[in-house]
Amino acid sequence: MLEIRTHLRARAGESATIGPETNITRDLGLDSLAIMDFIFDLEDSFDISIPMERIAEVQTLADLAKAIEVLQKEAA
Amino acid sequence: MSSIFDKFAPLQEQHAALTAMGRSPADIVFEEIISPTEAILNGKRTILMGTNNYLGLTFDEVAVDAAIEALKTEGTGTTGSRIANGSYDGHKRLEEELAEFYGMRSAILFSTGYQANLGAIAALAGRDDYLLIDADSHASIYDACRLSDAQVIRFRHNDPENLDRKLKRLDGTTGSKIIVVESIYSMLGDMVPLKAFVEVKKKYGAYLLIDEAHSLGVLGEKGRGLCEHEDLEDDIDFITGTFSKSIGTVGGFLVSNLPGLDIVRFASRPYMFTASPPPSVVASARKTLSRIAGASDLRKQLWENAAQLYNGLKSAGFELGPTLSPIIAIRLSDAEKAIALWNGLLDAGVYTNLALPPATPFGWYLLRSSISAAHTPEQIALAVDVCTKIGKELGLITLSGSKKTETGKLQVNGAKALNGASEKHPFSTSEPESVVPTGAGAPVARA
Repeated sequence: MLEIRTHLRARAGESATIGPETNITRDLGLDSLAIMDFIFDLEDSFDISIPMERIAEVQTLADLAKAIEVLQKEAA
Repeated sequence: MSSIFDKFAPLQEQHAALTAMGRSPADIVFEEIISPTEAILNGKRTILMGTNNYLGLTFDEVAVDAAIEALKTEGTGTTGSRIANGSYDGHKRLEEELAEFYGMRSAILFSTGYQANLGAIAALAGRDDYLLIDADSHASIYDACRLSDAQVIRFRHNDPENLDRKLKRLDGTTGSKIIVVESIYSMLGDMVPLKAFVEVKKKYGAYLLIDEAHSLGVLGEKGRGLCEHEDLEDDIDFITGTFSKSIGTVGGFLVSNLPGLDIVRFASRPYMFTASPPPSVVASARKTLSRIAGASDLRKQLWENAAQLYNGLKSAGFELGPTLSPIIAIRLSDAEKAIALWNGLLDAGVYTNLALPPATPFGWYLLRSSISAAHTPEQIALAVDVCTKIGKELGLITLSGSKKTETGKLQVNGAKALNGASEKHPFSTSEPESVVPTGAGAPVARA
């Protein structure tokens, strides 16, 4: 979660309030391009690929952490 | 009272803001089309610099006459799909001619280029397969992914190493891996580093589909596109393309050398459930396609024209795409100035395309032009002059013509993204001074 938050902060700015229930698009004002770059950062960082249909299901930071956990388990 | 259209409020606002600043691109109506490069807009003679009419063949007499003849003999439309209503002779002939043109086993005709990508990609990638698409893919490729049951993984734009890592992670999975790239990307005119992608494809036994929409008739000695230009045709599994650019009409296609392609017709909803191309369209497409291989004079003119516009704008100080191509885009980070420049050009009788985020890479505002072999040097010189004059008035370029630093909020997904794929001008007769800007040319503003 901390690692995701670091990447998200890099995209959303230092002043952004980011918690588990933060809605990534609605609360942080990230557009589709910023989200895409953020996903690429996460993929490099966690050495996973995040399929687009999984991204579509994610709303909050907690959702994202869970999705990454599942993908890491699938890859292992 | 609430309306079903309330959810479009942000779009409405953007449209209204554009209109308030002059006009909205969606409201441009040409009263009269004079030629492939000129039209009347609001009573004013306007040079068309954003039509994708690369070879300027929309008024080709032979193609026009063939279309008229087909209208008279076969009627205005087919009124249904080929699966339901049957094919016309022209459909079959055009498919044979496409396969012959590419030197491949078979071709499937679609009603538009959009539907060719939608229909080909969604059908080829089934439930257990994987689609690996470039992040900067055209909307038709993104929409194909939504229609497909396959898992969709994006790789960074023009980054074969990123693709390599993603394919490596799929080691041990059984489904087919289908990589989708475009020869020339439609917004900045940058090209795919095809050889590097072919190597990755071979390493993992994946399939490679390339959309040659903007390169058919434009690249290659015989005009077959980037694959021919790079001598990689034997390594490509599928090519999609369109008739709405250099072919000058409408329609799309899928060609492949793989045996058994025909079955895709029965698995492709955008093929099955829409009307087939009308006889007049098929007739003109056939005539124009037959000209492409021998049109090296037009290709030479096209690239000379592209170099004139690219170098003219570049030496005026504008920031352009990374590679010389017939798509030439001025990159701007200031929305208001981009819109003012676009309106100013229109007022001066020059039509270009205004492209706005999120349809553009890095959140840039683009003034996109596409050059044609039919443009005259005088038309291009006028466009460069007008653009330079307005650019200076807006403070986009300095009076000396040197680059002014852009400081807007830019999203950059790696400087690599802007590395030009093809550094060489396809026609060495008029080598531009510098095709690839140094330092990848990307204003890196990583947050």
